[in-house]
Amino acid sequence: MIQVLTIFIPVIAAILIPLLFKTVRSIHTGWFVLIVPILLATYYATFVASIANGDTFIQQFDWIPSLNIAFVSYLDGLSLLFSLLITGIGALVVLYSIFYLDKTKEQLHNFYIYLLMFMTAMLGVVQSDNMMTLYLFWELTSISSFLLIGYWFNRDKSRFGALKSMMITVAGGLMMLGGFVLLAIMGGTYSIRELVQNAPLLVELDYFVFALVLVLLGAFTKSAQFPFYIWLPDAMEAPTPVSAYLHSATMVKAGIYLVARFTPIFAANEVWIWLVTGIGLLTLFWGSFFAVKQTDLKGILAFSTVSQLGLIMSMLGAGAIAYHVDGAENTVFKYAAFAAIFHLINHATFKGSLFMIAGIVDHETGTRDIRKLGGLMSVMPLSFTVALIGSFSMAGLPPFNGFLSKEMFLTAMLSIKEFELFEYGTYGIIFPIIAWIASVFTFVYSFYFVFKTFTGKLQAEQLPKKPHEAPIGMLISPIILAVFVITIFFIPNVIGDTFVKPAVAAIQPFLYNAPNEVDVHIAAWHGVKTELLMTIGIIVLGLVLFLTLAKWQKAYLVIPAKLSLNALYDFIMDSVLDRGMNRFSKLYMTGSIRQYLTYMLGSIAVIVIGTLFIKDAFKLTFDGGTPIQLYELTLLIVLIIGTLTTLLAKSRLTAIIGLGAVGYTVALFFVIFNAPDLALTQLVIETISVALFLLAFYHLPKLGKVEERVRFQLGRAAVSIAVGAMVTLLALSAHSQKMIPSIKTYYEETVYSLAGGGNIVNVILVDYRGFDTLFEITVLGIAGMGIYGMIKLRLSRKEKTNENE
Amino acid sequence: MKTNNVILQFTAKIVFFIIFFFSIHIFFAGHYTPGGGFVGGLLASSAVVLLVISFDLKTVRSILPFNFMFVTATGLILALSTAAFPMFVGKPFFTHFFDYFTLPIIGKTSLHTAALFDLGVFLVVVGVTMTIIQTIGEDE
Repeated sequence: MIQVLTIFIPVIAAILIPLLFKTVRSIHTGWFVLIVPILLATYYATFVASIANGDTFIQQFDWIPSLNIAFVSYLDGLSLLFSLLITGIGALVVLYSIFYLDKTKEQLHNFYIYLLMFMTAMLGVVQSDNMMTLYLFWELTSISSFLLIGYWFNRDKSRFGALKSMMITVAGGLMMLGGFVLLAIMGGTYSIRELVQNAPLLVELDYFVFALVLVLLGAFTKSAQFPFYIWLPDAMEAPTPVSAYLHSATMVKAGIYLVARFTPIFAANEVWIWLVTGIGLLTLFWGSFFAVKQTDLKGILAFSTVSQLGLIMSMLGAGAIAYHVDGAENTVFKYAAFAAIFHLINHATFKGSLFMIAGIVDHETGTRDIRKLGGLMSVMPLSFTVALIGSFSMAGLPPFNGFLSKEMFLTAMLSIKEFELFEYGTYGIIFPIIAWIASVFTFVYSFYFVFKTFTGKLQAEQLPKKPHEAPIGMLISPIILAVFVITIFFIPNVIGDTFVKPAVAAIQPFLYNAPNEVDVHIAAWHGVKTELLMTIGIIVLGLVLFLTLAKWQKAYLVIPAKLSLNALYDFIMDSVLDRGMNRFSKLYMTGSIRQYLTYMLGSIAVIVIGTLFIKDAFKLTFDGGTPIQLYELTLLIVLIIGTLTTLLAKSRLTAIIGLGAVGYTVALFFVIFNAPDLALTQLVIETISVALFLLAFYHLPKLGKVEERVRFQLGRAAVSIAVGAMVTLLALSAHSQKMIPSIKTYYEETVYSLAGGGNIVNVILVDYRGFDTLFEITVLGIAGMGIYGMIKLRLSRKEKTNENE
Repeated sequence: MKTNNVILQFTAKIVFFIIFFFSIHIFFAGHYTPGGGFVGGLLASSAVVLLVISFDLKTVRSILPFNFMFVTATGLILALSTAAFPMFVGKPFFTHFFDYFTLPIIGKTSLHTAALFDLGVFLVVVGVTMTIIQTIGEDE
């Protein structure tokens, strides 16, 4: 139980946040929130040892048993690693946010509720074994990140960024849901573990590739892969703690997680390898290339995240090749999966610290525009050191952890070239070349980020605030991460054995039975090989490009803004959806009630008469009907006269009286046909509605004023006649066809014994069909509130001054 | 209503009580004879409407100082909790209970949880009708 419960602990804790925020104003709410990730991280840390030995832990909590939907917490190497990242980085981010967000100025309760909601969502995504609950948590991450990005909701850009991220990730999520449902139908289970076991059978099925593509769409949108990455730069409008958390360490890695988790199922198909590796490399190149163009510090980091995610993705794709090859070459691709997970950890450490530094720079200088910044090194030495460590690691330089995983990445890409799988043939050379070029740009933007901000001339007059070093509390988290960056370089195999190997064993269960079978050893010095020469090349060319940056950076302006993917998104949102669809809506949403009624009544008439016709239900018999009495005939005539009076009346008073006559006549009909309940209700309703008319009478416009020459319209006449005919026919044929015995006898027999009542109508209302009544009174209540709100709001807007006097 | 219609006002005061008690009678009678929460509620509000017509909204508001939105909410909560109560004793949602008791004065009678639900309906109908009439009537 407790293992499933831990997923929900953050969101349960969130209930207390508003209380704490309102009552304990003197202590920053973040301090209370901090307890949650620390506790959870400690809890998950207790699993590390046994999972490194190859154990797995699973626990189930039924949610909708009839549909086999359950909350299943499944902890293996992969999900444990992610859980630790989520809670560990989460704790650091919360600590950082305590100093970043002012407790008096900010709506902290909102912020922390969203953050805790997100934490639950993320833990759910990585631990769920049931695909339906995985999807539930998946979309919850979209929603909570929407709320977090739009946290400063009075800024246009925040709302735009939030909407954009939500549109793209939720669209991808829906695709993924389709893929899940297909998989569940094919595999006969919602459990991912069971699907993995059945994987060899699934590959042969018809819709397998379709499901594969759908699931990948979900992963690609979430992990900001090309061409869906466009939401990530706009998501940078979120407060920096959010960017550090969601957009570097956790949410964007959900797509990576998904790809890793489904690798055993899909890897057997070559489409998977093509797509994951290809799109990953393209994203890597694209992101790194455009990162140099950015002028916003967080913009650079956003594009760098895009590119790094592409890198991890491409390595996962390369790792999947391991399913297709045997022997010596096999190990090379096993290596790729290892490198992917290893780089994932490294990326979380250095990118998290860099985001926090960007936030510190923003916080202490008032701007993130790299053109205004410069020379901060002397003012902010600590931040500079951390930024330097993070950037060098990102650039792939020793002695930082990024170097190790980048070397492994180059190895993996080089081996694709040598390996002829699925007729890659000589085109395989493209992979290492793209990887190399992208790495050069990675080097350039890393240097661009750190040196343009911290070296050069300090332009203090251009900065909105007087720059100074950040408070120590704000620096703790990035410093801790930076320490990790260096430590991992010197003890890579400790990390490799405890975290990476179990995760790799989880990704490739067909290759390994236990984590210790993963025979990869990380070495900082791996001899003079092609990889090392490539790295030297990266450094040399990277330095040249960085030093000549001013000369060639203008080249980016050659591409017009109109041709970008962002412009395409704007076009779809504005022209197609907003304007195009609005124009379409305006065609039929004219605001005229008369037209709406025509639509509604017309379609009802068509549907009902059509159904009656198709089902051949126009069977009219008059057997067993009661003969029409004289007083019934009289009432009928009164009814018709009343209706005509209402329609033709020249004054409103006459019309009301005419309508009243119609109502009372109908009530009399109820009396005649032994329906005292209905008669009673009808009478009271008539009385009350007349009273209502009287109250509103004074305000109604004069009939003469609204009089208009109504031209005879064939369409409307046809609809009216059709509706009249429909009702008559329906009533007559309902009476004529009695295929099943009337339910009346059942009520008569049971009403006393089951419900202890005598009045069938009332017993039906409150007992047999109490559900109906419950909803009806709810609707009634809503209608009352609606009228109240409509009139009172109009009053308060128009006559506010009068009300106050 | 500027004129001071003495006869109407005097009659209304008496008739109000007659209608109101009749509505209560109708409400309780509902389970065995015509009536019930819905029509009972309508009758009760029609009694108030009579007062509104013979006096005016302000006077009626001072006589019956209810927030009718609150009445609606109370009714809804009552109905919902009556329906939800069986779930706490392990019965399906909306299970009704009834039994026969011998009470002082009234004698042998039946008590239903359905009546509580119906009371919710009654309150909602009164609340909504009066909310509508008050808001529309006040919208000068």
